Amino acid sequence: MDIKSIIQGIKDKSPRAIARAITLVENGDIWVDELLESLDKKSIDETMIFGITGPPGAGKSTLTGKIVGYLRSLGKRVGVIAIDPSSPISGGAIHGDRIRMMEHSLDGDVVIRSMATRGRLGGLCASAGAVCRILASSGCNPIIIETVGVGQSEIDIIKIADVTALVSAPGLGDDIQALKAGLMEVADIMVVNKADKPEAQMLAVELSEIARDKGTEVILTIAYEGKGVDKLYHAMEEIYKKQVELGTKQRKRWESRKKEIVDWVIEMIRPEIEKQVDSMDRDLDKDPRVVANSIVMGLKKERNP
Amino acid sequence: MGGKKVYRVLIGKPGLDGHDRGAKCIARALRDSGFEVVYTGIRRTPEEIAMAAIQEDVDVVGLSSLSGAHMELFTEVVEALKKHNAEDIPVIGGGIIPEEDIEELKKRGVKKVFTPGTPMEEIIKTFRELCEK
Repeated sequence: MDIKSIIQGIKDKSPRAIARAITLVENGDIWVDELLESLDKKSIDETMIFGITGPPGAGKSTLTGKIVGYLRSLGKRVGVIAIDPSSPISGGAIHGDRIRMMEHSLDGDVVIRSMATRGRLGGLCASAGAVCRILASSGCNPIIIETVGVGQSEIDIIKIADVTALVSAPGLGDDIQALKAGLMEVADIMVVNKADKPEAQMLAVELSEIARDKGTEVILTIAYEGKGVDKLYHAMEEIYKKQVELGTKQRKRWESRKKEIVDWVIEMIRPEIEKQVDSMDRDLDKDPRVVANSIVMGLKKERNP
Repeated sequence: MGGKKVYRVLIGKPGLDGHDRGAKCIARALRDSGFEVVYTGIRRTPEEIAMAAIQEDVDVVGLSSLSGAHMELFTEVVEALKKHNAEDIPVIGGGIIPEEDIEELKKRGVKKVFTPGTPMEEIIKTFRELCEK
């Protein structure tokens, strides 16, 4: 498939072309810039991006699958990016999120893509932003990004998503304690999933205490049965609409762009730096920060000799 | 950027067959060899597996069957891929498959068939070779 037919295929909603385009971005293919510049800016601007994050086992995939089902009942075309961790040892990954979403696999208006973090920390993969723009250009609205199972500080999602829901569940215990300091402060909505469990009410009360100051809504769901899913979706949509009204959405998007640009620059420079450091032998007994500084000075000198 | 290509494969279990230890075992071994593995779970239709393979843009589809219905199910996955203009994605299979069925499966477009006792290295090597093509 050549780049021209991929670009046309995205407009025509061809599953194969969309999938190919995502692979090109992930692998840093030479055609990526041409591809990304061809995308439909208006759709990108108007597409809602929702983040689903939370600790492992909270029910993110099941919940995402059910939200997709609800969105389909409203006739919306949906994009899903499901992110899983890459093994730090082999670089490989297992993507199991689709298991919870297979009911949608024959539906051409549900575009699901599993992606691995490929060494990136923060709960996302480097290409997530670009993939959102590809999906938006193919007519998906909204797009749901499901992060890896997170702990305390994987908050990249709140930069890229317009609205982020933090999913927790009773019985995860210490995870919740840990979350209090980081993610809980920045999530737009808190979800207590598995609300049919006896400890769920207790957790909801605890979360409401934290949420009260910011006015964050706490929503109970039983993802497996689809309960509370409509309420959750409408709460997210409501927040998005308010952001658009207040003009904060656009400001947030520009901030997100700036961050993504910096991330890409670092991502692109990284291999060269790694090569340089790899061939280093005599400087290794020096302090790492000192060596790093001299490498950066060298880069600057290359620019302005 | 400019790094080496990461191979993506799909492991699927078509049909009414709940025995997924083998499939999971292969999936884990592939992960440990650096592959990104999409696992579809059990009891999928051939069409579901084909559509997942297309959306995920995998390099190879690996099917596991212990139910005896491999002739129909493996063939139907190959056909479903063909139907969606994705016959370039190679399909391989494994499970309890009688010797005499293997030749016929290959005739029908299944690139390779593994039976119990095949060393894991050989399976991984086949996945890698097909990905490199």
